[in-house]
Amino acid sequence: MSEFKYIGTRPVRHDGVDKVTGRAAYGADLNLPGMLHGAVLRSPHAHARIVSIDTSAAEAMAGVKAVITGRDIPPNSAKLVLGGEAALDLHDMGDNLLAHDKALYHGHPVAAVAATSADLAREAALKINVVYDTLPPVMTVDDAMAPGAPRLHDRFAQNVAHRMELKRGDVEKGFAAADVVVEREFRTPTVHQGYIEPHACVARYGQDGRATVWCSTQGPFVVREACAAILGMDAAHIKVIPSEIGGGFGGKIVVYLEPLAILLSRRTNRPVKIVMTRDEVFRASGPTSGSKVRAKFGAKRDGTLVAASVSLWYEAGAYRGSPAGAGAMCCLSPYTLPNFFIEAHDVVVNKPKVAAYRAPGSPMAMFATESALDEVARELDMDPIELRLKNAVAEGDPAPYGPKYGPIGLKQVLEAARAHPHWKAPLEAHQGRGVACGFWFNAGMNSSATITLNSDGSAAVVTGNPDIGGTRVAQALMVSEELGIPVERVRPSVADTDTAGHTDVTGGSRVCYATGNAVIQAARNVRSQLRARAAKIWNVDVEQVGWDAGRAIPLNGDAGKTALTVNELAAQMPQTGGPIIGHAAVSMPMAGPGFAAHICDLEVDMETGCSRVVRYTAVQDVGKAVHPSYVEGQMQGGVAQGIGWALNEEYVFNANGVMENAGFLDYRMPVASDLPMIDTVLIEVANPLHPYGVRGVGEVPIVPPLAAVANAMRAATGVRFTELPLSPPRVLQGLTERQSTVDSPQLTVSR
Amino acid sequence: MATVHVPSGWTQYTGGVDAIVIDAPRVDALLRSLTERFPALASQLEQVAVAIDGQVFHHARYEPLRPESDVHLLPPVAGG
Repeated sequence: MSEFKYIGTRPVRHDGVDKVTGRAAYGADLNLPGMLHGAVLRSPHAHARIVSIDTSAAEAMAGVKAVITGRDIPPNSAKLVLGGEAALDLHDMGDNLLAHDKALYHGHPVAAVAATSADLAREAALKINVVYDTLPPVMTVDDAMAPGAPRLHDRFAQNVAHRMELKRGDVEKGFAAADVVVEREFRTPTVHQGYIEPHACVARYGQDGRATVWCSTQGPFVVREACAAILGMDAAHIKVIPSEIGGGFGGKIVVYLEPLAILLSRRTNRPVKIVMTRDEVFRASGPTSGSKVRAKFGAKRDGTLVAASVSLWYEAGAYRGSPAGAGAMCCLSPYTLPNFFIEAHDVVVNKPKVAAYRAPGSPMAMFATESALDEVARELDMDPIELRLKNAVAEGDPAPYGPKYGPIGLKQVLEAARAHPHWKAPLEAHQGRGVACGFWFNAGMNSSATITLNSDGSAAVVTGNPDIGGTRVAQALMVSEELGIPVERVRPSVADTDTAGHTDVTGGSRVCYATGNAVIQAARNVRSQLRARAAKIWNVDVEQVGWDAGRAIPLNGDAGKTALTVNELAAQMPQTGGPIIGHAAVSMPMAGPGFAAHICDLEVDMETGCSRVVRYTAVQDVGKAVHPSYVEGQMQGGVAQGIGWALNEEYVFNANGVMENAGFLDYRMPVASDLPMIDTVLIEVANPLHPYGVRGVGEVPIVPPLAAVANAMRAATGVRFTELPLSPPRVLQGLTERQSTVDSPQLTVSR
Repeated sequence: MATVHVPSGWTQYTGGVDAIVIDAPRVDALLRSLTERFPALASQLEQVAVAIDGQVFHHARYEPLRPESDVHLLPPVAGG
């Protein structure tokens, strides 16, 4: 029997009806009286010096109210502020909003216009005369690191912005002791998160010097702090109201439009709305890094891994700060390797600055290591799950990045995958099966929550996390569990930055864990107050009042007193001391990592190279599933994105560094009809840092699909593809070159 | 005495030292001691996450240390 009454159930989400009926208001839905519309002029060149900008023709147009350029962004020092996978550079953030001296990617904002209509604003933007001195674009890590490569930033000596390394033991001795050594080089393209809702905001700057910003964001407090820092404003003078959010996956943590809208509103004394087109989202918001990763494993004949080396080069886009470091920390995390060396390089190129994307850095790194490991299993003629199990980390083993793991569920996950009927199911002709593991840290950080008890015994819970994956209902379930109030009588809300306590982003798989913990602590605070109210009614000390199943109960066997329900206590609030409001604010350590193992069956048309996933099973240690449907949804969503990354998605650039497929027609993301039902298996190894054992679930499931799909392709075709996506032309070419690709003697050594 | 493990990429700032035993009651004192001994480490420590006995903290400055604490310094990671 479960220890929980509400946790683990599957109630309808509170925001569900609004979302399926179209009543929910997203970023672009807001309109205000007197509102102007903004448009952004973007660089037509991937790399160019800005010689001059003449805005006079645009400013002379009737209906144009303001034009701003990089000169209007206050100059910031290269001060670093913490955020995401890397420190954020205020100078770079400002320069990315509106270029100052150089355009660093095709689509880089150069100027912005506010006008009485969106069409007029766009027309006026085109009247701005910018003189460029074009420079050769640097589009890949190889180009960027080549001798004599054009430098993107004059203030840095080279395009490699940062290097980090991790090591353990003696890697050369390890390889020397190995019976089998496998080495491969892998590449992944620039890909986008592909959130359905584009970036959108409205800003209103008042004559009192205070701004209100309505926007679609994963982090209203991040927007407020970024706008304040970039524009030199007091954070208290900016109020950010988050809309409903149509996906973010890490890409809606960065500000692209909000500071521009504030500046234009300040200039015009009118509200200003800016909405990106899909084309702009692709060209000028942050995708994730294209990558090159060289992975090498050494193993004994019995499958024991004895050495590994991994070198990673990640594109940062136009400014430093790729997730290469996170990739380095993830890539060998599932395995007990006595000897390894990992190095990661952060490389600037003439592409949009990368943003976080679901488990930032891990999918590309583990595409390489999990694909290479599949080759090790082949060399050893060993079941790939058995190979992983033999080397799997457990509690007490050290992570590659240093600390020892607490309770983790990798072995349970792999055992569940091995026992799943999928693993032994027969395959048909031209089908192949692949397996791969995934790892992500799961963040903690800062969260707040407020619970108000209503006089009828219902309750409201308020937090500052925009609800992306069903976090409202998860928080309501936690209130229900602590107070015994049915979940339908709990109203969860996402509040603005003036109303909610500071709460870090909806991201890092942290909301159910960290904000959930704040909700639980706030509910326990309410419970303490309820016990005190019962004590007052009974005229006893609070120590003589207990709590059981949603009721205050008399302790010490006082038969003369009847238990008081929440409803009864709530009805007496005015007589017992006034409103009952519970607050909590927490700063949480990282949750403890999540591991996953995925099994993929792929069918390949050998004549066309076209492939489709015919069966997929995702197994994951989720700690504790608060609302299992939304945990399963996170897993299925991550798999869908990972399959798209593996099979179809890529930014296609021409020789001038211009993206040629900036729309969903040509940037092919999987839709429901492309995919089979994705089976999920939830393993629950409790995280001791959370009262219920929650450990975060949203990011791990995007990590294994890249290698699981590629390993299935290897099994189906006999070809090891090392570059994504596995699109029909690439697969067809690989099939044609099959013989020379399969047994590349210089890459695999068997002793 | 807590044992602090220095990431291999930072041993260039510590003259090759990769583990140091430091007597410090809290992380702030530990980081101060590290900086005094290895001034070149200072800039790296401005943006560092700290793992104390397996728990990773983004904001660790005032976290207490046990006499036998195992401390690792690592880059801060959040997620998407």
